[in-house]
Amino acid sequence: MSLALKLTGLTKDFPVGKRLLGPPRAVVHAVQPVTLDVETGETLGIVGESGCGKSTLARMLVGLLPPTEGAIEIEGEALNAANPAEFGKKIQYVFQDPLSSLNPRKTIRQIMDAPLKNLHGMAAPARRKRIAQIFAAVNLREEFLDRYPHEFSGGQAQRIGIARALAAEARILILDEPVSALDVSVQAQVLNLLADLKTEFGLTYLFITHDLAVVEAVSDRIAVLYFGALVELGPAERIFNAPRHPYTKLLADSAPVVGRDLSAPEGKETELPDPLNPPPGCSFAARCPRATERCRAEVPVLEDKGSGVAAACFHPLEG
Amino acid sequence: MTGYILKRLISAIPVLIGISIVVFLIMAMIPGDPATAILGSYATPENVAELNRDLGLDKPLVQRYFIWLSNLMQGDLGRSFNLNRPVLDEVLERFNATLILAGTSFVLCSVLGIAAGVISAARQYGIADKAITFAVLLGISIPSFFLGMMMILIFAVNLRWFPVSGMWPIYGTRDIWALIDHLTMPALALSVVATGVVARLSRSAMLEVLRQDFIRTARAKGVHERSIIWRHALRAAMVSIIPVLGIQAGFVLSGAVYIERVFQWPGIGQMLVDAILRRDILLVQGGVVFVAACYVLFNIIVDVAQSLLDPRIKT
Amino acid sequence: MSAFLKLLARNQLALAGLIVMGIVVVLALLTPLLPLADPDVTNTPARFTPPFSEGAWLGTDHLGRDLLSRLMWGTRLSLAVGFAAATIAATLGAAIGIISGFYGGRVDNIIMRFVDVLMAFPYILLALAIVAALGPGLMNALIAVAAVNIPFFARNIRGITVGIAHKEFVDAARLAGLSDAKIILTEILPNVLPVIVIAMSTTVGWMILETAGLSFLGLGSQPPQADLGSMLGEARNALITNPHTSIVPGVMILIIVMAINLLGDGVRDALDPRLKSGALNRPLPATLVARPAGYTAPAPDGEAVLQLAGLETQFHVGRRTYRAVGGVDLQISPGECVGLIGESGSGKSVTALSIMGLVASPPGKITGGSVFYKGQDLVGAPYERLRSLRGRRVAYIFQDPLATLHPLYTVGDQLIEAVRCHRNVPKSEARAHAIELLRAVRIPNAADRVDSYPHELSGGMRQRVGIAMALANDPEVIIADEPTTALDVTVQAQILTLLDDLRRDRGLAILFITHDFGVVAQLCDRVAVMYAGRIVEDGTVDDILAAPAHPYTKRLMACVPELGGGRRRLEAIPGLPPVVDNLPDGCAFADRCDKARDACRQGTIPLDPLGATRRVRCIDPELQEASA
Repeated sequence: MSLALKLTGLTKDFPVGKRLLGPPRAVVHAVQPVTLDVETGETLGIVGESGCGKSTLARMLVGLLPPTEGAIEIEGEALNAANPAEFGKKIQYVFQDPLSSLNPRKTIRQIMDAPLKNLHGMAAPARRKRIAQIFAAVNLREEFLDRYPHEFSGGQAQRIGIARALAAEARILILDEPVSALDVSVQAQVLNLLADLKTEFGLTYLFITHDLAVVEAVSDRIAVLYFGALVELGPAERIFNAPRHPYTKLLADSAPVVGRDLSAPEGKETELPDPLNPPPGCSFAARCPRATERCRAEVPVLEDKGSGVAAACFHPLEG
Repeated sequence: MTGYILKRLISAIPVLIGISIVVFLIMAMIPGDPATAILGSYATPENVAELNRDLGLDKPLVQRYFIWLSNLMQGDLGRSFNLNRPVLDEVLERFNATLILAGTSFVLCSVLGIAAGVISAARQYGIADKAITFAVLLGISIPSFFLGMMMILIFAVNLRWFPVSGMWPIYGTRDIWALIDHLTMPALALSVVATGVVARLSRSAMLEVLRQDFIRTARAKGVHERSIIWRHALRAAMVSIIPVLGIQAGFVLSGAVYIERVFQWPGIGQMLVDAILRRDILLVQGGVVFVAACYVLFNIIVDVAQSLLDPRIKT
Repeated sequence: MSAFLKLLARNQLALAGLIVMGIVVVLALLTPLLPLADPDVTNTPARFTPPFSEGAWLGTDHLGRDLLSRLMWGTRLSLAVGFAAATIAATLGAAIGIISGFYGGRVDNIIMRFVDVLMAFPYILLALAIVAALGPGLMNALIAVAAVNIPFFARNIRGITVGIAHKEFVDAARLAGLSDAKIILTEILPNVLPVIVIAMSTTVGWMILETAGLSFLGLGSQPPQADLGSMLGEARNALITNPHTSIVPGVMILIIVMAINLLGDGVRDALDPRLKSGALNRPLPATLVARPAGYTAPAPDGEAVLQLAGLETQFHVGRRTYRAVGGVDLQISPGECVGLIGESGSGKSVTALSIMGLVASPPGKITGGSVFYKGQDLVGAPYERLRSLRGRRVAYIFQDPLATLHPLYTVGDQLIEAVRCHRNVPKSEARAHAIELLRAVRIPNAADRVDSYPHELSGGMRQRVGIAMALANDPEVIIADEPTTALDVTVQAQILTLLDDLRRDRGLAILFITHDFGVVAQLCDRVAVMYAGRIVEDGTVDDILAAPAHPYTKRLMACVPELGGGRRRLEAIPGLPPVVDNLPDGCAFADRCDKARDACRQGTIPLDPLGATRRVRCIDPELQEASA
């Protein structure tokens, strides 16, 4: 298996309270060092709650945001310049809000033309042919090409967004909550389309979502993010069935499931740690029933103790 | 709160410096020789050179700026050659008159404008709304100087309700009633445009707020409609109205220049226009810097008011 | 473009402005060709000729010059100067604003500091200073007015640009390999252009006024040339003796500026998409009711605390009618929790809001049916009656707790208000009650938190406050409109548990609106499934989740992945839900249903009982009565 994507110690800090001159007042570590390999043809699910840094991570992977530290290697080639035009040929992005990802003042054809013209320098007849191919692949009629984005429903617009990502001929797609804005009956259509396209074009997916059930249904492996750090990584079928990190267990227990009685997995009201003033040890320690002194002092690293599931925890649950 | 005021005051310093640079540069751009303007065209070149030296005009631009700035800090704005008195004295006296006029108009436009806007929004598409909307349209379309002239014609000349012009009676006591008598027309004429703008904005701010979710929440609680409008909606709308009041204060101050001319009000606007026509550069420079600085301070007050209203602004 | 003109034409006032402006502009353009007297030739013996005199329709001025001729030439000049100033200011201001907003960071910082300095001057001071530097003259006045307006445009356009530059389509363009210059020209500019046009059309009037003002002061056009402002300025000395010399140019300015303002408002309305959808209407205190004449309410059921009978709510937008709720029958017994489930646009929220008349009106309207609270019909009840029940007997919890709490009042003030608008209790007592309520929803440090503002609380805490507010007057029914949709899954679990405990402790009836079967399963006793404004199936949660009877319910459940199901292909429902302004005959789901036949597309399909506790709106349900 070849590697599609290799991340080494990828980090992103955001300055807070910028001044005209001089250093900022504080720094938020939006993404703590992430080291991760994604194999070609794999679907890696990235799951986490709001503010966990999943979108920041995704934007770094396509060059929209320069990493503070760390390296990105795509298909064996290091890409660190944060130049989206260079990334764009190899890795593309499908946005959460399908309508706001399409310029309201351009026709669909103009939108589809952009990557073909600018990334691949294709001439008009070649573009026409290629767009026809892609539209057939995503089940969209060619007559849509001369319309404007507002004429489409969310599901159709998301297909157009996927078509645009495919047009760039990138083989890795970052799917950032691609179905969260869609109605449940349309979600399944798009998820199935994504699965078909993956087989047809041999794509690699990074599927970012907050929806545990969706991520479980589509992924080979799942990475769980909490407070900017990777806390658990393992095969999709094991992650929520037999979580090792207490946070993953909390997530899995919180999801409303038909046939399970309602119970608050957390007894007390807890809040996320303050990003401006992060705790010294494990960021989950304050909410964790298994936390000890060590957890509050030391940051655990992500490691696989031979079970096939890696967890960043000093006291992992039995998987 | 004092911390916030202090912070705002400190952040005003670069703006004030910027203002002084802009004014100084504009004035330095003036073609021709101030000395010639002062001495008249019959002056000998020797006289001109001498005066230039006295005024410090033979020094480089940057040096001249810092000399001017340091004088400015000490309250020395120079001397008006035309009036032959210190610029600061003249400016303070004139600004006092402008403040009375513009301040009254500002209060009028804020109170009337907000009230009209709220009523208009609360009765959207009703008769009151239509009447207010039409009045507002008329108000923002009429040149204030033309309105002032028409008011003189109707209320002073024909009806003789108010004096035609000036700030004080030529003969007679200078008491508050005499002032009000002279102030009413110019203050009204000056406030009309700003009232229109404030009313318009208040109406749309109220309409914007009234469809927010928290208004629906208040209704779902069973809050009385009157309280919804005046307590919930107006308070939230004030967040977008107050900055506009700050801008309108600048417009009122600007409009005062015209109104002072129409009503012969001895304010700073009249002074500036006369000074420009007479090329009394130091007087123009001093007047502009002084008024601009006052306006900056006023905007700090606006910001403080805004922070008192909106807890989301970090104090 | 033609759509824009059509919208403009529909606005009668704007049309009037357009016509007046058109006439003025045409006359101004034709002025050199018209047989007018020379505007600058003085004829002192004929000074102050009154209007309607022989040879001088509008009379003459203090130098005996023909006023009509001067008016026409002056108008020409004023218009030209005003438009030129507006164009210069808009172009430069927009360019600065776009660059500043697009690049952000230091570029933005430096440009905006400079703009701040310029805006720190009261408008005219800067103009006066510029005129003082350049010397009086019309051209210089134009430059001054344009320069003074540039910062206003720059700041306005910058704000809009920042919003657009952060839109996802700009990221997409970057990923499509577009350069910055191309992004500015093809992605940003087309989206900013309407704003520039709006800003320009609403400020042209100002520019004309301002240049006229400078001329009025003698700083603009210099004699003998005259624009409207200097005509007024010259006439001022003769105001009392010969007012016509002032009135003529003054009225002309008024007409021009008013026409431009009307037109500008029309342009703004036509280009602003929010106004198109009627979003800037003020919602009335209660939803309008327009039931058909002769409507007689059915007899209410004695047991239900809340009963909807044939409820219909519509939205009238333009010529379209959206039948958001198309006849809903639903009952809630005391202490019962009923789930109302559906996709977006199914009418579930509108149903919930219709109950207490909270649907925004206009454009919403209740067009049929009844809502019984303990047997009394609330539809069409007097406002005061409705108000006294809102929050006291029937309370609401809404979706987004940040948007639904007033941002400028403390949590405590809002709770106190909830108590005091129904009960005349002293403030201190209400405050104590507020703290008690916060404790009841398990907010730690309630006594401190009561003085917090909503933005100081986390999403979960805010929703607890929302629940506390609903509990303030011990209501019998709580209507919860997707109260956990905006929350993270771990917080959702806490909120759901809290709601469940509260309802058991206090015997509350809950109508719970959601799109999530998992939530319904955990919280509700009964569930009703909505599709295209109608209930397609209802019954106990256990029955329906175990064996859905309506094909829509069945397929909807199948296409939602469920945790623990493992990796799999989902059974998607083809097609889209119908838009409720154009509903088909018969079953609204027929087009997406694999069992549909001709009979499904005819008439109205009734919600028929299926067994003792269930109802289903299908002529061929998934399970027959015998097995139900």
